[in-house]
Amino acid sequence: MTDVDPRAQQLFLTDGRVRRRRIVNRVMEGLATVASATAVAVLVIVVVSVVRNGWPALNANFFTTSPSFSAFGESQGGILSSIVGSVILVAFATLFAVPVGVLGAIFVSELAPRRLANVVRLALDVINGLPTIVTGIFVFSALVLAQGQSALAGSLALAIIALPLIARSTQEVLRLVPSSYREAGLALGAPRWRTVVGIILPTSLGGILTGTTLAVARVAGETAPLLFTTSLAATTVTWDPTQPVQSMPLTIFQYAEQPDPSFHTKAWATGAVLLFFVLLVSLASKFFLARARRKLSG
Amino acid sequence: MSVVPTEFPAGRRFGDRIGDRVLYGLTAAAGLGAVALIIGIAYKVFDGSSLAFSKFGFGFIVDEVWNPVKNQFGALDLIWGTAVTSFIAILFAAPLAIGIALYLTELAPRVLRDAIGALVEMLAAIPSVILGLWGILVLGPFMQHDLEPFLKSFLGWLPIFSGDTNANGGKGILTASIILTIMAVPIIASVARELFASVPADLKDGARALGATRWEVVRGVVLHATRPGLAAAVILGLGRALGEAIAVTQVIGSVTQIPNSLFGTGDTLASRIAAQYQGYGSNLQASSLFYLAAILLVFSLVVNFGAQLIVRRFEFQNTGGS
Repeated sequence: MTDVDPRAQQLFLTDGRVRRRRIVNRVMEGLATVASATAVAVLVIVVVSVVRNGWPALNANFFTTSPSFSAFGESQGGILSSIVGSVILVAFATLFAVPVGVLGAIFVSELAPRRLANVVRLALDVINGLPTIVTGIFVFSALVLAQGQSALAGSLALAIIALPLIARSTQEVLRLVPSSYREAGLALGAPRWRTVVGIILPTSLGGILTGTTLAVARVAGETAPLLFTTSLAATTVTWDPTQPVQSMPLTIFQYAEQPDPSFHTKAWATGAVLLFFVLLVSLASKFFLARARRKLSG
Repeated sequence: MSVVPTEFPAGRRFGDRIGDRVLYGLTAAAGLGAVALIIGIAYKVFDGSSLAFSKFGFGFIVDEVWNPVKNQFGALDLIWGTAVTSFIAILFAAPLAIGIALYLTELAPRVLRDAIGALVEMLAAIPSVILGLWGILVLGPFMQHDLEPFLKSFLGWLPIFSGDTNANGGKGILTASIILTIMAVPIIASVARELFASVPADLKDGARALGATRWEVVRGVVLHATRPGLAAAVILGLGRALGEAIAVTQVIGSVTQIPNSLFGTGDTLASRIAAQYQGYGSNLQASSLFYLAAILLVFSLVVNFGAQLIVRRFEFQNTGGS
């Protein structure tokens, strides 16, 4: 140690300044770690609460019967009508939103003049940022006031929420399609539409799937748009989309406000079913996204 | 855009021309349909509020009475409730989310990074009604029996922490703000994470070579380079908090009055609309709900354009306007 230049040694000594910088660094690293741990802890607490409180009600009966109520105001029966209703709502919403979203994305990315493309993109962004209760009240005034509540009205509100999600994912994957694919199609003498339908669409199928699953996961849990469009429904199973239907999110919303604890257990159990579905579909969406990226960039 | 042959050979098949026209027509209809949709939404919402507007004018915005019995409606309390809950939520959410994003991009080992990143995304996927249910039955009682008395005993000398903690079963402004925080965090974190990952490694290496600690690299390079993007991310989170109806209506207590304490109940614009979905007594009340939706629509537009403006200016600065 003696033959080291003392000035060089100085560099490695922890004088006050260096120590303070190290301490600040440690504190900040600690805070960032704590923030992440907090987020994970909240997720775990919520999921565990839902599953544990809903567990007593989760039996075969819960999935195969519709709600009924005892003379003492207790909740009996299951949520079959809500599950069926949610399936109808999400299916029609997807049916409405996917074609419009995909075609709109093709317009923006492939065909539209730049100015117009920007306008459409802006409109999609604004729709995406719209509070969902506003979407609900729009469908209420456009449709429900004249024709009454129906599953179709609810689906329409959900479709408006799904539209920008599907359009955005499709646009993102269209951007990844190499322009050599387009040029190859055109060089073969194929017209524009054959290039789009035969080459670009199949290549971007992964992105469309990603957007669709993402949108399904999102709208399956949406409650606000359903309040004004399909909230006054019979508790029996309806497959008729022109009638209002029950849905899982609204069932949770309504049961949570009931005074009798038997409703709370049912609300938790419905939450567990919904959460399981939403997280499963979200995972599928992540999987599709990873696959689409790998295929197009690999 | 790709290369398009501008002149087609004379012998092009008729069917191909039709096909191109049809494709263009269909996609343009979908694209312009989205534009028409947002215009239609704005029109319908403003049109629906015309009755209330003709009765109350802009005074609606600064009037705090919401009394269906006397047919007297105003939005001030609701605007105030919206502002306070969103502000508190962002106050909590922004540092938390930025911390998470920093942990994920700068600190976490690879295995943890993917796992925790996925978990934070899952937090965003939880439907708001489930968070609201949790808010009523788990968070509410916890607030009532533990957190609020604790805050009161330490910070009770501040008026905002001085209210009655037992009055409303844990429902109130603070509980709603916490639920909104949980919703805003994953949104801000995912944008921030992308921003941080896009900071060029050269810049960070440069700072490291000068002997900067990890935090100094973050403060001097990463945060500095992404400031405008972060502002936009926070604004996006704010937009989410402003517009949330369901979870807030479940935990805020739905009472119109400006409470002087965070433990008190209140209400927000979105939550009020949601709460009165099956019970409006008069056309004027229905129209007043549309008026609330119109205010909310304007808020969300301002937030949206604000975020875009910041990003644009940032890009302009970075590219020197090219």
